[in-house]
Amino acid sequence: MPTDIKTPVLQLKNVQIAYGQIQAVKGIDLELYSGELVCLIGANGAGKTTTLNAISGTLPIRAGELMFGGNNIAQLPAHLRLRQGLALVPEGRGIFTRLTVEENLRMGAYTRSDRDGIEADLERVYTMLPRVKERLAQVAGTLSGGEQQMVAIGRALLSRPKLLLLDEPSMGLAPLVVEKIFEVIQTVVQEGMTILLVEQNANLALEFASRGYVMDGGRITLSGTGAALLADPKVRSAYLGEEETA
Amino acid sequence: MNELAEAVPWLGSRNPKAARAFVLALMLIAPLIAVMAGNTWVRILDFALLYVMLALGLNLVVGFAGLLDLGYIAFYAVGAYTWAFLASPHFGLHLPFWMVLPLGAFFAAIAGLILGAPVLRLRGDYLAIVTLGFGEIVRIFMNNLNHPINITNGPQGINMLDSLHLFGWDISRNLQITESFRINSLVLYYYVFLLFVVGSVYVIRRLQVSRIGRGWAAIRDDELAAKAIGINTRNMKLLAFSMGATFGGVAGGLFGAFQGFVSPESFSLMESIAVLTMVVFGGMGNLGGVIVGAVALSLLPELLRSFALPVQEAIFGHVLLDPEVLRMLLLSLAMILMMLLRPAGLLPAHARYSKPELATAGKGKA
Repeated sequence: MPTDIKTPVLQLKNVQIAYGQIQAVKGIDLELYSGELVCLIGANGAGKTTTLNAISGTLPIRAGELMFGGNNIAQLPAHLRLRQGLALVPEGRGIFTRLTVEENLRMGAYTRSDRDGIEADLERVYTMLPRVKERLAQVAGTLSGGEQQMVAIGRALLSRPKLLLLDEPSMGLAPLVVEKIFEVIQTVVQEGMTILLVEQNANLALEFASRGYVMDGGRITLSGTGAALLADPKVRSAYLGEEETA
Repeated sequence: MNELAEAVPWLGSRNPKAARAFVLALMLIAPLIAVMAGNTWVRILDFALLYVMLALGLNLVVGFAGLLDLGYIAFYAVGAYTWAFLASPHFGLHLPFWMVLPLGAFFAAIAGLILGAPVLRLRGDYLAIVTLGFGEIVRIFMNNLNHPINITNGPQGINMLDSLHLFGWDISRNLQITESFRINSLVLYYYVFLLFVVGSVYVIRRLQVSRIGRGWAAIRDDELAAKAIGINTRNMKLLAFSMGATFGGVAGGLFGAFQGFVSPESFSLMESIAVLTMVVFGGMGNLGGVIVGAVALSLLPELLRSFALPVQEAIFGHVLLDPEVLRMLLLSLAMILMMLLRPAGLLPAHARYSKPELATAGKGKA
């Protein structure tokens, strides 16, 4: 449940995104409050990743407002958005495959210069991700998919973000590993992080999320608490593979 | 310093100190040995060092930042022509080297920015094609800028470039020490070039482990992720192009001074490819590898030239294969073998903090 109803951390107002002539996102509104885990679900091509990339600044938006911490950041380049506290874990993990795990994590603190703070945050990430700590000296490209995803999340945390954007953390992973990843995500939320999660695995995402948005054809068609969406017959039929019982 | 030990793999892993001393000694006495075989060989060594500088600079762009550049020789041309314009009778200017060389480096860096700006969004094959075009454009400009105003003197090139004067001392003159003992100017050039190479290695080594170097490594591995961790990828890529170009410009200036003559045909596409081959052959991203690659690939064809002819004549009685043809044949063969046996180069790059055993153990599993 949203506890802080004052000002949203992130607010999208009528955001439109296009690739050339093709309108991928046709005006969406979305809000995120401090400490929430909100998920954005929908079928392939619904515009979920596009939305996330636009929030992180790797894609420009065509129209609308992108409010983060009270400022419109729509014109800010990606590397400056990170400095404001917006960290993206890209689709397909985006690990630096030829660097070691430790180098990867330290890369997350690229924009920071407070040495003590970085070391303390590294320790925090190690306790959160014990599997990762065992493999610090290993070349990251040789890790398993699940471990790479954990490294990617840890790396994003090292920039000390106010908002973490996760793009399909379960992609291409075995069900058991996916569960591990979601446990990690939950730990991160319990530490007070605000997360916007894009997922194909709607069932799992809604189970963990406090609220959810359903995207379809570039629009948000439904929104509500995770539990309510999980129970919604339309969601069940469209994304959870159940027959609609009328 | 570890690169020195790596250059002799067998000894390097057993006794790095001895290996380092061996390589250092070899670098220092190489021209003295070569001079016994004739001045040609010293000249070949001098050129090898220029190629080392070029390969080091290109490695910055290709090996560190992962941007494939097939027009790198253009920056060499900019450096060489800067020397020709500012230190030759062509315009009647004779500026000292400490002005001309930095200016050449500066113009090359600007050229790097000019190339870098339009190709920021390109990657892989597309980037290669545009950079290739850029290299050719520069060469064609050099070839045709003799009309309507004569700037580059066209295909004839520019003659009688000033030689390298270090604080009033002309390197291109043999140094007469006593009546009977003198040091060949080619040997002097060797040591001057060696100093430049050592300086370049030092600078590049520092760059590699700096914030900038880490930024390049991130862009090379995953550009989107690099953006996502707050790296200004646009500026970092431009920086890679212009810094790589700087080394090319310095090498070009030295080339002009050494050769005393520049013409567009020294800066053909084949030269760009040759330098890229050195980088790939030696081991992209690894300074030691790049140096070994550059030395090996600039010496081998010359060795071939001097052995292939007599050997063919001794066996067949006449020359079957022209050394130039044989050179391309063997180079291609070397590259094919390389890709099959050591795809990452003679001395592959490794992750920086990783322990060697982990890095090699990891490779099998990948």
